[in-house]
Amino acid sequence: MSHSTQTLMQLANGLRAREFSSVELTRDALRRIDASQPVLNAFITVMHEQALAAAAQADRALAAGSAGPLSGLPIVHKDLFCTQGVRTTCGSRMLEDFVSPYDATVVAKLKSAGAITLGKSNMDEFAMGSSNENSFYGPVRNPWNTALVPGGSSGGSAALVAARLAPAATGTDTGGSIRQPAALCGVTGIKPTYGRVSRYGMVAFASSLDQAGVIATSVEDAALILREMAGFDPKDSTSVDRPVPDYCATLDAPLAGLTIGLLQEFFDKGLERENEARIREALAVYEGLGARLQEVSLPNLPLSVPAYYVVAPAECSSNLARFDGVRYGHRCREPRDLLDLYKRSRGEGFGAEVKRRIMTGTYVLSAGYYDAYYLKAQKVRQLIAADFKRAFGSVDVLMGPTTPTPAFAIGAKTADPITMYLNDIYTIGANLAGLPAVSIPCGFVGALPVGLQIVGPHFSEARLLNVAHAFQRETAWHTRTPEGFR
Amino acid sequence: MALTREQIEHIAHLARLELRPQEIPVYQKSLSAILEFVGELDRADTASVTPMAHPLPGLSQRLREDAVTETDRHELFQANAPQVAAGLYLVPRVIE
Repeated sequence: MSHSTQTLMQLANGLRAREFSSVELTRDALRRIDASQPVLNAFITVMHEQALAAAAQADRALAAGSAGPLSGLPIVHKDLFCTQGVRTTCGSRMLEDFVSPYDATVVAKLKSAGAITLGKSNMDEFAMGSSNENSFYGPVRNPWNTALVPGGSSGGSAALVAARLAPAATGTDTGGSIRQPAALCGVTGIKPTYGRVSRYGMVAFASSLDQAGVIATSVEDAALILREMAGFDPKDSTSVDRPVPDYCATLDAPLAGLTIGLLQEFFDKGLERENEARIREALAVYEGLGARLQEVSLPNLPLSVPAYYVVAPAECSSNLARFDGVRYGHRCREPRDLLDLYKRSRGEGFGAEVKRRIMTGTYVLSAGYYDAYYLKAQKVRQLIAADFKRAFGSVDVLMGPTTPTPAFAIGAKTADPITMYLNDIYTIGANLAGLPAVSIPCGFVGALPVGLQIVGPHFSEARLLNVAHAFQRETAWHTRTPEGFR
Repeated sequence: MALTREQIEHIAHLARLELRPQEIPVYQKSLSAILEFVGELDRADTASVTPMAHPLPGLSQRLREDAVTETDRHELFQANAPQVAAGLYLVPRVIE
């Protein structure tokens, strides 16, 4: 029997009622993952033995009545979270043989809640990409059409959840890396407020933007996981010390009186007509639930992509300086001297896009250019954050598309980096301002899913999840599963 | 603005990246295009704007007590190192 289309909630109930065991659930998931790998390539590492051992332990805990909130439930971690004793590659040749000596806080928290880790999902190298084509371990394919990309950088996590290989997976979002692949794969993804979830043990890309979140088949399941992931961590200096609300408890709150801001800048000429139609239909559903729509303009928002492509590469060039071929990671053969060791280890270990971002960042931070690029971008970022703040003075949440188009063909956008960068045109603003944002499936264009994005004020995750869940109570888009993965 | 071959070589040197000769024109083209693209930022009037220092308003980096909280696990950590001897990381000779 396959449990693939059951939600985390249903699986948790089944485990507690002893309808099936965690070992059965885990074995079934591992079998489907193994069968999917030649087709989707959603995993970099599958943890067969560790997963089954953890499942057996969860079954004992369930029998003994000492189970945690997620006991026996299988999940997957993006291969950017450090997992003790398990290879953590970040999609790079640089970390091909890196076995993490410790668990990321997110991994430790979900483990202690009882979740079973099935493996590590494929991703764009160092989370830099919007199509998963930048992985050293090969591209991930979209389960709705395997000639298409799943989006990125958390493309493996989104594809595997869409294919129902696991009910949920972790992801990270620096410029849209949870929401964009969630939209292109027809699943639910949430990027929490900056500082809500610990970044300890996440391989750093752009530290003022990086945030961990979750991808699941429903808002309800995402809330269940986020409740366990979120919280203060003294090991992360940007973690915010603030209580975590029970995200599951407020999911069913009524929406009457909700004011939704329509982001005018998101309904631009880049948005494909059919995508826009799906978004307008979703907005009508919200009106039916008693919400009021109001147009809002964030005049500086169109500058978010250029601001991002200064700030993110600058922080990346600094963060990735740690890969020196000395302490861990790839080392070149027979270095002539120390400089040669650094240069060749990094030249060989990093892929083309990572090198492009490191060099962009190095340039904008170099002597004479810092003010013109980096400082200017941080000022524009302030303007964008102020635009959002002003908007939240008159509306509760903002809505718009997650992406301008549905999933595109593998290879279609690899020739021009800027064309690829513009995939994140609607998602980057929330990262620059540190805001939480959700993407939920809201219909199809042809056979391809479309995502609705909802952005809220800082620390409004409970409200965002409530608003997103209300849509999933009215519609069934999130229950659609790609053919061949049911 | 178009970056020259020499500028790309200089940036790659600063970033400690060895590039293959055929990579240089590729990065010349794409980095030039990226710099032109981010040049759009000049459109914004930022004369009276303070640059963002933290994504959450009013917050800054937290400091911790200067206390020992970790145990010595250098052997475990060095298990990932390409070359180690006697607890030390090995690199090519630096001082003759």
